[in-house]
Amino acid sequence: MRPFDYHRARDLQDAQTDYVSGAAFIAGGTNLLDLMKLQVMTPERLVDISRLGLDRIEDDGDGLRIGATVTNSDLAADPRVRRRWPVLSRALLAGASGQLRNKATTGGNLLQRTRCPYFYDPDTPCNKRDPGSGCAAMGGELRNHAVLGTSAHCLALSPGDMPVALRALDAVIEIRGTDGRTRAQPMEGFHRLPGDTPERETVLDPGELITAVRLPAPRGDRQVYRKVRDRASYAFALVSVAAVLRLEGGVISHAALGFGGLGTVPWRDPEVDALLTAERPSAALFDEAATLLLRGAEPREGTAFKLPLARRVLRAVLEEATQ
Amino acid sequence: MTITLKVDGKSPDRIPDMKQGLVGTEIARPEGPLKVTGQAPYAAEDLPEGCAFGTLVRAPRWGKVNLRNEERLAAMPGVLSVLRDPAMIRRTAQGGAGKAPAQGMDEADFAGQSVALIVAESFEVARDAARAAVVAVDGPAPAVDPDQQETEGEPDSHGDLEAAMRGAAHALDVTYTTPSMAAAAMEPHAAVAWWDGDGVTVRTSLQMLKHNRKELADCLGIDPSRVRVLSPYVGGGFGSKLGVSPEAVAAALAAKTLGRPVCVVQERRQVFELVNRRSESRQRIRLAADEDGRLVGLGHEALVSNLPDEGFSEPVTQASHFAYAAENRLIGNRVARVRRPNAGSVRAPGEAIGVTAFECAMDELASALDLDPIALRLRNIPDAHPETGQPFSSHKLAQVLTEGAERFGWQDRDPAPRQRREGEWWIGTGVSAAFRVNLLTEAEARITLTSDGARVDTDMTDIGTGTYAILTQIAGEALGLPQGRVTVRLGDTDLPPGSGSGGSFGAASTGSAVWLAALDLRQQLATRLGCDEADLTLQDGEARVANTRQPITEILKGDTLTGHGHVQKGEAAQKVRQATYGAHFAEAAVNDVTGEVRVRRMLGSFAAGRILNPRTARSQCHGGMTWGIGMALTEGLVFDRRDGHVVNRDLAEYHVPVNADVPPLDVHFVDEHDPWTGPLLAKGIGELAICGAGAAVLNAVHHACGVRIRDWPATPDKVLAGLDGWPVPATAGSD
Repeated sequence: MRPFDYHRARDLQDAQTDYVSGAAFIAGGTNLLDLMKLQVMTPERLVDISRLGLDRIEDDGDGLRIGATVTNSDLAADPRVRRRWPVLSRALLAGASGQLRNKATTGGNLLQRTRCPYFYDPDTPCNKRDPGSGCAAMGGELRNHAVLGTSAHCLALSPGDMPVALRALDAVIEIRGTDGRTRAQPMEGFHRLPGDTPERETVLDPGELITAVRLPAPRGDRQVYRKVRDRASYAFALVSVAAVLRLEGGVISHAALGFGGLGTVPWRDPEVDALLTAERPSAALFDEAATLLLRGAEPREGTAFKLPLARRVLRAVLEEATQ
Repeated sequence: MTITLKVDGKSPDRIPDMKQGLVGTEIARPEGPLKVTGQAPYAAEDLPEGCAFGTLVRAPRWGKVNLRNEERLAAMPGVLSVLRDPAMIRRTAQGGAGKAPAQGMDEADFAGQSVALIVAESFEVARDAARAAVVAVDGPAPAVDPDQQETEGEPDSHGDLEAAMRGAAHALDVTYTTPSMAAAAMEPHAAVAWWDGDGVTVRTSLQMLKHNRKELADCLGIDPSRVRVLSPYVGGGFGSKLGVSPEAVAAALAAKTLGRPVCVVQERRQVFELVNRRSESRQRIRLAADEDGRLVGLGHEALVSNLPDEGFSEPVTQASHFAYAAENRLIGNRVARVRRPNAGSVRAPGEAIGVTAFECAMDELASALDLDPIALRLRNIPDAHPETGQPFSSHKLAQVLTEGAERFGWQDRDPAPRQRREGEWWIGTGVSAAFRVNLLTEAEARITLTSDGARVDTDMTDIGTGTYAILTQIAGEALGLPQGRVTVRLGDTDLPPGSGSGGSFGAASTGSAVWLAALDLRQQLATRLGCDEADLTLQDGEARVANTRQPITEILKGDTLTGHGHVQKGEAAQKVRQATYGAHFAEAAVNDVTGEVRVRRMLGSFAAGRILNPRTARSQCHGGMTWGIGMALTEGLVFDRRDGHVVNRDLAEYHVPVNADVPPLDVHFVDEHDPWTGPLLAKGIGELAICGAGAAVLNAVHHACGVRIRDWPATPDKVLAGLDGWPVPATAGSD
């Protein structure tokens, strides 16, 4: 771990004033501290935002406003979330371990870095860790890697469960810019595809802060989160699916599907949602949705299993959600 | 005086004559409260004044090493030394080596080897500097795939297996592959070293101190008498702490150079590379059976790997020589030389993967024969060692299988696969036999008896197994003292050399030495009383002879008596085949949509001689069965195909089972009286419980869903590939 300065911010203004180039905000630190110990991330300054009163969940019209430092445990247990956005609660509880969920925060979880083992290993090249150095995962050992949204520069999989549910729920991220103004950024577009700049994972500019996540009223009452993993707990998703559906008169009137374990970002495909919408549930329809979802997939040795697995899981999730 | 016993034959069982009633009871670990309250200091938790901190530097590849920025590292604020001493070791010593492994920092034998030590005033600075090291490595492309290499080793052959296979009513020829595995002990390898004149003390986390002392002395070029090793508490070893590892030698050398104590702890990611791993294996298993399921031939040929010049090769087929009868046999190990981290002993080396694969093949044969898998095994129990003709000291396979089957509820089983379904889940059950050689090794112990009670001294270790508890029980039993009047000191080479912890021989070996030391004291007490030792009854601090009774403290008259015990392996090990036997039963659920496997319950039935303490013995079995779950379903080191480095070297990516993976585990002990094993009639148990445990799980997977997984672990992708031959379920329920 490199030596670093630490500043506990008094308020948002102070946090952003104190942020300098090469600094990092820290809240739960569940991912950042690991990466600092390995010197995968080497911030020279940590600005602690864990005591800024961002830890409240408030009613927001017919939706919810979740403060950026609300812990995963508190969010998963919130009675409103459990009642109206159960897919979020289930996704949260499918992630990490109890100890980690007690520390991990809503804003931080949106910024969780990939678990690509080559990203974690500073002795190997990685375009995400060290832009332009190359990608050791290409030609290496793949498993926890992406099959959707990859580029010639990066195969890193987006980890995490909460962001997958937030995509299906059309969540909106509140970002406070360095000028002190707050803007609303939909989950759609928040994470960036790797392209030739895999080191830039979100649209956040340096010094910008996530202050809250807004959940609009759920557009579907049939919500399912399903995660497939290598062991029963404390393992990243091989494939996960978050489904938010509404059925009216036997017809799917709203469909929103988020996917984990597949993409370089928390995945959602509007064409898949559109395909399902205004249709009657059927095995053929679900298969068609899977085919559409995976049309651009790039399976490789080690990740090819994710395609048939995703097809099976998507079908099972849609069956469950439309029963 | 010392009572020395060379175990050449049967021993009389004297425990039933003792009256204290400690042996065989479930006493709690005396050190347990210290451990669960954080007061038992592990190796790097008890630092001397003025301690400096070292971090090992990693070589990114194999080949000639050049540390490019040594001067810059040495100049970093807080850095005290950049050490590249030729005495530093490149590998972890093999168990019982007693001498230095490969030394010198100019070459890296494999990617991930340590090539320097950076010592600093703080751990953080040392770690920062170690990360800043620029290590250039020059070498040709390494050979990293065992299947691509030339191999060494010829099999043992009896009869003609090929002919037996051709002529058999049923012949099975299958190949299983098992991945390399990590011991993944909770306490990382760590050492704190300090010098006093020309003698060094190393406080560390090792399993076999008398050997470790010699290894350290050989590494440092000094006499073993000048080395003191301390390991009072060891947070798990599983074989990975049998031999001295790089941080201990580096700490000792740095402490000498700097003239102050130095602490070196392996980071978790280093533990996955610097510590000996279990070799991967490719196992060809051939079984030839007659119409009734009697084996006429068996073959077990294994391919394992290790670094060039390493003497150890995972003895995969060790138990196959005696497990089952068959006239025609072909059994052997081959080793391929690869540039992967050093391979060595990991919990039940050999049988852990060898028995497990063989027991999967036996299940395949039972299916082919349409014969109950328990019946198949019962039909093939040999009367004597099938190759040497040695008699068995005791053979309890039939009992562990039948008693286990009854407790598990095996009799209601429908033998056909894919019969039981609950929602998306296929449910099945599986069985496996367990075999593990039983070992006794030399050990010494001393007991000091005063009016305060008895103190047991030996350099034996307690690696979580319960040594403190059972030695307390053995000494208390023989000396008629309650638990509270016996103390046990372990893990210090200033104490008499015990067996160390390895090969499941610790309890029987060091326990016997303690027993003999107690007999020595009993004789001294008897002499004072003028009676035969055999006529002496000791209980609750009193001595009884005929109808007189007297407190032991009165007999001592303020004196201190010392008893010494020394047990040695003798001819009993050759005269008879000693082994432990077990049977594993598992119920597994396989998800038809995802290929995920969840173990729902397990039962292990074991015969391991006298059970000294059912609580600590059961705990050992729980551990072994949990290893079996990991072996079957989740664990495997992944090596990069280009340079052989370990890709998944942390506990997030190397998947040991977590609590949610481990169902209720039931343990049943079968009574066994085996007088060949030494004066306690005790046998090793820790490793028995891992042998075959994974086979019960994998056989249950097959019974559940009809899919055989011959390439472990059975991760969802592999199960799914098997399930893909079956139609996708029409309906899916929720979890």
